[in-house]
Amino acid sequence: MTLRLAGIDCFYGNVQVLRGISLEVAPGEVLCLLGRNGAGKTTLLKTMIGLIKPRAGCITLDGRELTRLPAYGFARLGIAYVPQGRRLFAELTVEENLTIGLMARGSGDEARERALALFPALRSRLTQISGTLSGGEQEMLAIARALCLEPKLLLLDEPTEGLMPSMIQAILAAVRELKSQGVAIVLVEQRVESALSVADRIAFLETGMLRAIVRPEAVHADPALVQHYVGVGPGRR
Amino acid sequence: MSFGPHLFLALLEGTVTAFVLALTALGLSLVFGVMRVVNVAHGEFFMLGAVLAWAVSSLIPASPALGFLLALIASPLAVGAVALLADRLVLRRLNYAPEATIVATIGLLYILQQLVLTFYGPYARPVTAPISFRVQFPWFGYSGYKLVVIAAAAALLAATWYLLMRTRIGLVMRATQYDRETAQAFGIPVERVYSGIFALGAMLAATAGVLIVPIQQAHYLMGLDPLLLSFITVIIGGLGSLRGTLVAAFVIGISDGVISVFFSPTLAKIIATLFVALVLVFRPSGLFGSARA
Repeated sequence: MTLRLAGIDCFYGNVQVLRGISLEVAPGEVLCLLGRNGAGKTTLLKTMIGLIKPRAGCITLDGRELTRLPAYGFARLGIAYVPQGRRLFAELTVEENLTIGLMARGSGDEARERALALFPALRSRLTQISGTLSGGEQEMLAIARALCLEPKLLLLDEPTEGLMPSMIQAILAAVRELKSQGVAIVLVEQRVESALSVADRIAFLETGMLRAIVRPEAVHADPALVQHYVGVGPGRR
Repeated sequence: MSFGPHLFLALLEGTVTAFVLALTALGLSLVFGVMRVVNVAHGEFFMLGAVLAWAVSSLIPASPALGFLLALIASPLAVGAVALLADRLVLRRLNYAPEATIVATIGLLYILQQLVLTFYGPYARPVTAPISFRVQFPWFGYSGYKLVVIAAAAALLAATWYLLMRTRIGLVMRATQYDRETAQAFGIPVERVYSGIFALGAMLAATAGVLIVPIQQAHYLMGLDPLLLSFITVIIGGLGSLRGTLVAAFVIGISDGVISVFFSPTLAKIIATLFVALVLVFRPSGLFGSARA
């Protein structure tokens, strides 16, 4: 399942936040979006899941036009979203959060089991109110909930934000596992080293424009790229 | 009548008020909790339920019981359809913006009220109770129908709780309540959920109107009191809190019954309103509401 964006312009009111973005993500590929705060990374992810409608340009999934599809239709096509800050349904239990994930595509117990196999720590927490989980467990649940959709394309917005190192490694291991299963992944990540360790391609965003798409090796070879577009060196963890 | 039986009578009256109020206020609370819409026209759905109950039951004058049963089904369905129409034609077009929907539902209140005045008239019309028996206590006899109202309202409240807490539809409604945007990202058609909630809230109010009409008579201005008491209830209980709404309905309903019987209905309203003021000062999100409500 290949997602293509062509000439995407997005606005908040009269303020243009994305300018002519064109890119594509192929199955089994991890595309990492890097950029400073306010560069448009989260807006771009929200456009890919239909929560923000572009004013110009088009989005296609395997050639099918999605640009005017209502937001709820994206999930039904197998595009799953893990928002920044997790955005769990905090007053629902872990089990109920997973059930919401299963509903969109009518996924059955197998999808739930696969998600829990990736994050076994959640098994003992199924009846717990999700808002009372630790930060790491909440991130696991946010990803597991998205995986219950059996996604072909997974959009992850800063999944390692605020997590301790062991938890970050667990999340990155899950990303690699999903990639090996053929899931296309778009990852927004502030930790440059984490991004480089899983990405197939890195897209640099600056003030709503796509400035460059490069391989991770190019970033290793030219650390000034990261310094220029993100404002930190690639050594940041 | 000595104090004990007098208090017992007051508690019975208060319990009837509490259950009917709980049913009405639950509708208002659901609509605000999920949609963040303050529905000022909620009392008119109650009134419409009662007026349509009169219209439907008068179709079968020979059999009041059958007519009432028919009204109990048809009237909430018709009011639910009116609510769906209002949602599609007005609220959805306003994108459910909180300020705009307050003004819009005030408009809806007047439209419904004036339509009923035009086609039904300014009369207070009685509807015959479907059953007529008295429960004889040692000190006084009490309307059996009022006890039926308590049982029916309790059953409906239990059914609504079951729908919200134990079914997939209820889970979708609660998820939408907690985070509209994320719900959409998980394939939930939020606008359809909103339509369903608005219709459900209206149907709960209409059912309360049908149940009360053999006791109160149908009149085009009868929606005002339930609206005021429902607002008092949901503010005290915490907007959007199911448990809070039920607890507050019992506090308000029973205190209203007791104070009305021993003193006066006006004093009951004064005390309830004072209680709201105190809650707003000392616990603005209500007794059971979360801070975001």
